[in-house]
Amino acid sequence: MIAYVVERLFQSLLVLVTVALVSFAVFQYVGDPVQQMIGQDTSPEDVQRMRANLGLDQPVMLQFARFLGNVVTGNFGVSLRTVKPVGELLAERLPATLELAGMAGLFALVFAIPLGVLTGLRPRHWLSRALMAVSLVGISLPTFLIGILLILLFGVVLKWLPTFGRGDVVQIGFWSTGLLTISGWKSIILPAITLGLFQLTLTMRLVRAEMLEVLRTDYIKFARARGLTNRAVNFGHALKNTLIPVITIMGLQIGGLIAFSIITETVFQWPGMGLLFLQAIQFADIPVMSTYLLLIALFFVGINLAVDLLYYLVDPRLRADRGAPERGL
Amino acid sequence: MAAAGMLARALDSDIWHSFRSSPATMAAALTATGMILAAILAPWIAPQNPWDPGALQLIDAFNPPVWSSEGSWQFVLGTDDQGRDMLSAILYGLRVSLTVGVFAVLFAMVVGIAVGLIAGYAGGWAEIVIMRLADVQLTFPTILIALMIDGVTRALLPPDVHARLALFVLVFAIGISNWVQYARTVRASTLVEKSKEYVQAARVIGLHPVLIMLKHVLPNVIGPVLVIATVGLAVAVLTEATLSFLGVGVPPTQPSLGTLIRIGNNFLFSGEWWIVIFPGITLAALVLAVNLLGDWLRDALNPKLR
Repeated sequence: MIAYVVERLFQSLLVLVTVALVSFAVFQYVGDPVQQMIGQDTSPEDVQRMRANLGLDQPVMLQFARFLGNVVTGNFGVSLRTVKPVGELLAERLPATLELAGMAGLFALVFAIPLGVLTGLRPRHWLSRALMAVSLVGISLPTFLIGILLILLFGVVLKWLPTFGRGDVVQIGFWSTGLLTISGWKSIILPAITLGLFQLTLTMRLVRAEMLEVLRTDYIKFARARGLTNRAVNFGHALKNTLIPVITIMGLQIGGLIAFSIITETVFQWPGMGLLFLQAIQFADIPVMSTYLLLIALFFVGINLAVDLLYYLVDPRLRADRGAPERGL
Repeated sequence: MAAAGMLARALDSDIWHSFRSSPATMAAALTATGMILAAILAPWIAPQNPWDPGALQLIDAFNPPVWSSEGSWQFVLGTDDQGRDMLSAILYGLRVSLTVGVFAVLFAMVVGIAVGLIAGYAGGWAEIVIMRLADVQLTFPTILIALMIDGVTRALLPPDVHARLALFVLVFAIGISNWVQYARTVRASTLVEKSKEYVQAARVIGLHPVLIMLKHVLPNVIGPVLVIATVGLAVAVLTEATLSFLGVGVPPTQPSLGTLIRIGNNFLFSGEWWIVIFPGITLAALVLAVNLLGDWLRDALNPKLR
C-alpha cells in the first residue's frame, strides 16, 4: 500500500515538475519581458540593468528555482493585458468556474446512472434504443453547438432562461456565489446542461456497457438461482460492481469539465477562468496563460491521484496484487 | 482479369458483408463520401465564390433560406451579414475543415508512428523519455494543448505572419495534441513484433535498424493505426471547429465551418438563425458519419467480435 502511494506521488510530482518547466520556458522565453518594457531611447546600460533586476542574467537553473519559489508563494507575475496580479485575477474567477463545473457534474451524474442502468437492464426496449441513438448524436455534437442550440431554443424562441452571465451574485468572504439568488440559478441552468451533456452521454454508455458485462457473470446467475429479488440482484450486486470503473472515469472527467468550461464559458459569456484564459490567448498574455496551465495541471494531477487512491480502496482485488494497475484511457 | 478477381474477392469478404448488413454504416459512408466529394468539388459546384470580396453585394445581406416567404432560389440557404451565399460558404468551409482535419491526422500519425517505432524498437532511455512525455500529455485534454500551442505561436509570431500561417499553426497544434494515441499503439505492437523471427532474421543479415523499422515492422503494426486515424479525423475536425469557434483558429477571410458558426453566433438574437444552424448541421453530420464509420471499422476488424 505504502509503496503504491509513494510511487503514485512520485509520478504526480514528475508531471507537475514537467509542466512547471514548460510553463517556465514559455513564461521566460516567449515574448521577452524586457523588450516590452523598454522605450525607443532606452540605453543599452539600462537594458542591462533591467535584465539584472529581473534576474535574467543568472544561470537558467537559478531562474527556474526562483520561478518555482514565486509559484509556491503565490506570486505569478502581472497580467500584460490588465496590469493586475495574475493570482488575484484567477482567484476572482475561480468560484464561477467551480460552481459551473460542479453543477454540470451533478447534472451528468444524476441522469447518467439511472439511464445507464435502464439501458443496461433492458437493452432491447425501444426507450433504451432511442436513448442510445440520442447519446451517439450527443457525443458527435460539439459543446459549443449544443450551447448555441440551447440558447436558440430556451433563450431566443421560448425566452424562458437568461443566456449570458451569472445573474446576481452574493459575496461570501472571498467566494462569490450565484447559487443564493433566483437569477443566479436561472443563469446556471443552460451552461451547466451544455457542459454536462457530454459527460452524461459518456457515463451513461459506460454504465450500460458495464451493466451488460456484469449481468453475464456467474455470480449474478448464482444470485438469481438463490431466488433473490430482481431488485436485490440488479442494484445490490450488479450496480455496485459497475461503479468501480464509473468512479474512475467520472473522477477523470472532473478535470475535463474544468478544461471544457473554456468553451461553455465563451458561449454563455460566463465570467470564469476559462474565459480569462481564452482572452489571454487572444492577447498573447503569457503570464496568465502559464499560470492557468499550472493551475489546471495541479487540478488534474490532484484528481488523478485521488482517483487512483480511491480505486485502490474500492477494489479489493488491487490490494491483493502488488504493483500499480494499468489505468485505461 | 486480376482486377476483376480482386473485386470479386473483396465483394465476398467479411468486411463487405458486415458493411452491407449495417444500414447505419452504409448511410454514414454515403454521407461522408458525399461531403468529401462536395468539399473537393466546391470551387466548381458552389454558386458563388464566398472568399472573393468583390463578388459579395451588401444589398444581398441577411436573405432568409428559399422556403421562407422572403427567400429566393439565388441563395438557397440564405446569406450572412456580408451577403455571402451560405451554401457556397458551407461548401468552401467544409473544404477548409476537412483539409485541416486530414493534414492534422497525417501529422499526428507520422509523429506518433515514428516516435512509437523508436520507443518500441530501441527501448532504453528513448523509450522511457517518450512514454513519460506521453503520460504527461495524456493528463491534459487535447483541446487545452491545442489552445496552448496556438497561444504560444501567437506570442512568438507578429500578428500578420500568424494570420498568414493560421492553417499551418492549426495543423501543427491539433497534430501535436493527438500523437500520443498513435505512439502508444505502435509501441505496443512493435514490442510484440520485435521478438518475432523475421525481425531477428533481418537483424542477423545486418540490415540497418531504420530499414528494419520502416520496411519490416511498420507494415505489421499499421492496421490498428488506421482505425485510430478514422476516429481521429472526427476528433481533429471537431477540434478545428472548436478552436475556430473560440476565435483562435481559421481567420474569417477564408472561414471553416467553425468560423462560420462563430460568425452566425452573433446573429442568434436578431432572428437570422440560418447563419448558424446550417454550418452547425453540416459539422454535426460530418462528425457523426465519420464516428459511425470508425466504430464500424473497429468492430469489423476485431476478430474477437465475429
